[in-house]
Amino acid sequence: MSIMEYNGGSVVAMVGKNCVAIASDKRLGVQLMTVSTEFPKIFPATDKSFIGLPGLATDIQTLSERFRFKINMYKLGEEREIEPRTLAHMVSSTLYERRFGPYFVEPIIAGLDKHNQPFICGMDLIGCINFAKDFVVGGTSGESLFGICESLWEPDLEPEDLFEVISQSMLNAVDRDCLSGWGAIVHVITPEKVITRTLKARMD
Amino acid sequence: MNPVSLYDIDSLTISPVEAPVERQFYPYADNGGTSLAIAGADYCLVASDTRQSSGYSISSRYSPKAFKLTEKAVLATNGFFADGLALTKRLGQKLEWYKHAHDKEMSTRALAQMLSNTLYYKRFFPYYVFNLLGGIDEQGRGVVYSYDPVGSYEPEMYRAGGSAASLVQPFLDNQVGLKNQQGAQRTPLPLDTAIRIAKDAFTSATERDIYTGDYLEIFVIRQEGVTTERIDLKKD
Amino acid sequence: MTTRLEQPKGGFNFDNYQRNVFLEQKGITLPKMTKTGTTIVGLIYKDGVCLGADTRATAGPIVADKNCEKIHYLAPNIHCCGAGTAADTEYTTALISSQLELHRLTTGRKSRVATALIMLKQMLFRYQGHIGAALVLGGYDINGPCLYTIHPHGSTDKLPYVTMGSGSLAAMSVFESRWRKDLERQEAIDLVKDAIESGIFNDLGSGSNVDVTVIEKDKVDVYRNYAKPNERGQKEQSYKFNRGTTAILKESIKDLVIITEGIEEMDIS
Repeated sequence: MSIMEYNGGSVVAMVGKNCVAIASDKRLGVQLMTVSTEFPKIFPATDKSFIGLPGLATDIQTLSERFRFKINMYKLGEEREIEPRTLAHMVSSTLYERRFGPYFVEPIIAGLDKHNQPFICGMDLIGCINFAKDFVVGGTSGESLFGICESLWEPDLEPEDLFEVISQSMLNAVDRDCLSGWGAIVHVITPEKVITRTLKARMD
Repeated sequence: MNPVSLYDIDSLTISPVEAPVERQFYPYADNGGTSLAIAGADYCLVASDTRQSSGYSISSRYSPKAFKLTEKAVLATNGFFADGLALTKRLGQKLEWYKHAHDKEMSTRALAQMLSNTLYYKRFFPYYVFNLLGGIDEQGRGVVYSYDPVGSYEPEMYRAGGSAASLVQPFLDNQVGLKNQQGAQRTPLPLDTAIRIAKDAFTSATERDIYTGDYLEIFVIRQEGVTTERIDLKKD
Repeated sequence: MTTRLEQPKGGFNFDNYQRNVFLEQKGITLPKMTKTGTTIVGLIYKDGVCLGADTRATAGPIVADKNCEKIHYLAPNIHCCGAGTAADTEYTTALISSQLELHRLTTGRKSRVATALIMLKQMLFRYQGHIGAALVLGGYDINGPCLYTIHPHGSTDKLPYVTMGSGSLAAMSVFESRWRKDLERQEAIDLVKDAIESGIFNDLGSGSNVDVTVIEKDKVDVYRNYAKPNERGQKEQSYKFNRGTTAILKESIKDLVIITEGIEEMDIS
C-alpha cells in the first residue's frame, strides 16, 4: 500500500487551441472506504491558472494553503499576478525543499500566461517538472489516464472539443480505478472566460 | 547505484564464522508485452505486440506470444513467456488428441473450458500467464474469454491484457464499449474500425509503456479461417 | 499553517521526515520518484567536448516525459548531463550553476571545469549518495577540453570518452569500437549520436530523441533534438466527440472580460 494511494484521487490537464483544461475526480477515501464525494483537488491560483493536487489529502490541504499564501505574497510584493510558469517553479521549489521528507502530492498546473499562451506542467512529489505540450496526468489513475489521453488527445482542439476529450478521458480512466471517481469536475480556461462543469459520473 | 569501490572492503573485514546463506529458487519472470482482443458480430480480433523483455533489456523484438490454436481460436499469452509456450504446447497436444478421439476440431467454447481446467490443474504451482482467448463460437459470433493465472475466466466483448492493460482498457471501454457517451449509436462494430482502434491502442501504449513495442501482430478470426497482419511499432 | 513572514533561508527542510518515517513503519511504502533511466555520454575530440543525452524520463515502467532535457547549463563554457533521480539532477546542476555565476562575478574570470567538478563532488559526497545524481560534466577552459563523470556518492573519473545511466553499456560498446584520438567535429557528433541511439533502441529506460551539445573554445552549440528517430506516426482515426457527449450536472462560467454598456466619455482633463 503506497501512501499516494491512501486517499485516492486523480487530476489531468490538457492543452487546446488557445485554451487549457484541467479536471479532477471528487473522491476522498481512506484506503478502500469512500469518506466524501465532494473533495475536488483543483485550486485556483489566479484568474487564469489552477493547481491540481492529487495525493495524500492532508498534504493537499496543507499545500493548497501554503500556495495560496505564497501566491498572495507574490502579488503584494510584485504588484502583479503570478505567471503559470513562475508558479510551476514556485511549487517545484516548495517540494524540493522537502527532498528528504516530502509532501505526498503530484501537482499539476494549468493556465494561460500573460500573452494567453497555454501552459501546463506536471511534477513528481519532489518537484521534478514535466513541461508537456500535450497533456499531463497525476494520481491513482495515472496509468489509465496516460493510455486514454495518448489515444484521444489531438492538437488544436477548440474549448468545447477539449472539454469533451478531457471529460471522456477522466471518466473512462477513473471507472477502471477503485480509488478515484465518484464525480468529476472540469475547468476549461480560455482568454475570455473560465468554464467550470461538474460531470455526471458513475457513483460506484 | 553502488559506490565505486577501489579495493574490496569485504575481504578485509571478513568474519571467521561463515553466516548461513539462504538459497532461493525463482521460478517466474515477467517478460512484459501487451495483448488485446475484440469480439465482433461475425469476427474476432486478437492483437499482440511482439517485444519480449527482461528488466531493462529487450530479449527479442519479434517473439510472438499470440498463437493460433484451432481454425476458430487464437490464444494470446501475457506474463511469463516460457509458461506461455509450455501452456500453448500442452493445449496443442490436447487439441490433437481431441481431434483423433472425436474426429472434429474442438469448439471455441469447449476450448475455453479446457484452458480453464488446464490452468486450475496447476493451482499450486500456476502458469504465470494472463490469457486472452479470442475466437468464434458454433454460431459464427465473435467471443473473447479472459483468464487469471489459475483458470478463473469469463466471456467478454473486449479486453486488454499484459503490461499496458491498464492503459488500453479504459480506451476500449470508451471506444468499443461506448461507456460514458451520451446518445452514442450502439451499432455492431465493423471489422475495419476494430482494426483501427486496435492499432491506435497499441501505438498509444507504445508511447507510454516501456515494455510494449517493436511489432504488432493482428489475428482476425472469421468463419473462413484466421488471417494475420503485422505492422511496425516504435522500437525505443 | 505557518504564520512566519520571513524569507526562506534555503537548504533542505526536514519537518516532514519524522512523519514519513512513522508512516513507513506503519507498513506504507513510499512512492516512486521520476527517474531518468537514461543514456548520457560525452567524449573529447580534436578541438572540444561533445555531450549527448536521450530524452526519456520514466516513473517505473511508464514514460513520464517523452522529451525532457538532460543536458543542463552550468556556465557559458560548461554543460552537464544528468542521470538518476530527475529532480536531483535538475536542482544540483541549478545550484552549482548559480554558485559558479557568483564565483565568476567575484573573481572576474571564466569558470573552470575542475571548479565545477569539485563543487559538485563535494556536495554529493556531503549527502552520502542520498542525492541521486549521476553526472557527465564537460566543458572547455584554460586547460582545453575537459570531461568527467561524477557518481552519486561523489567519486569522479577523468576520461576521454564516458557514458552513464541505464544505457551506459549499450553506448559504451559503440564508443569502445569507434572512438579514437583527435576525431573531427562532425565525426564526434555522429559518434555521440550513434552511441545515444544505441541506448535509445537497446535500453528500455532510454528513448525518444537525441540531444547533443558541442563545446569548443569560445563556442557552444546546443542541438536540442539533434536526431528524432522515434516520431509517432499518424493515428488511424480522430477521436473527436460530438459536442454534448459528456453528461453535465452543473455549469458555471466566470467571465474574464468585463463588457460595459454604452460609450464612456473620454477623460480629457
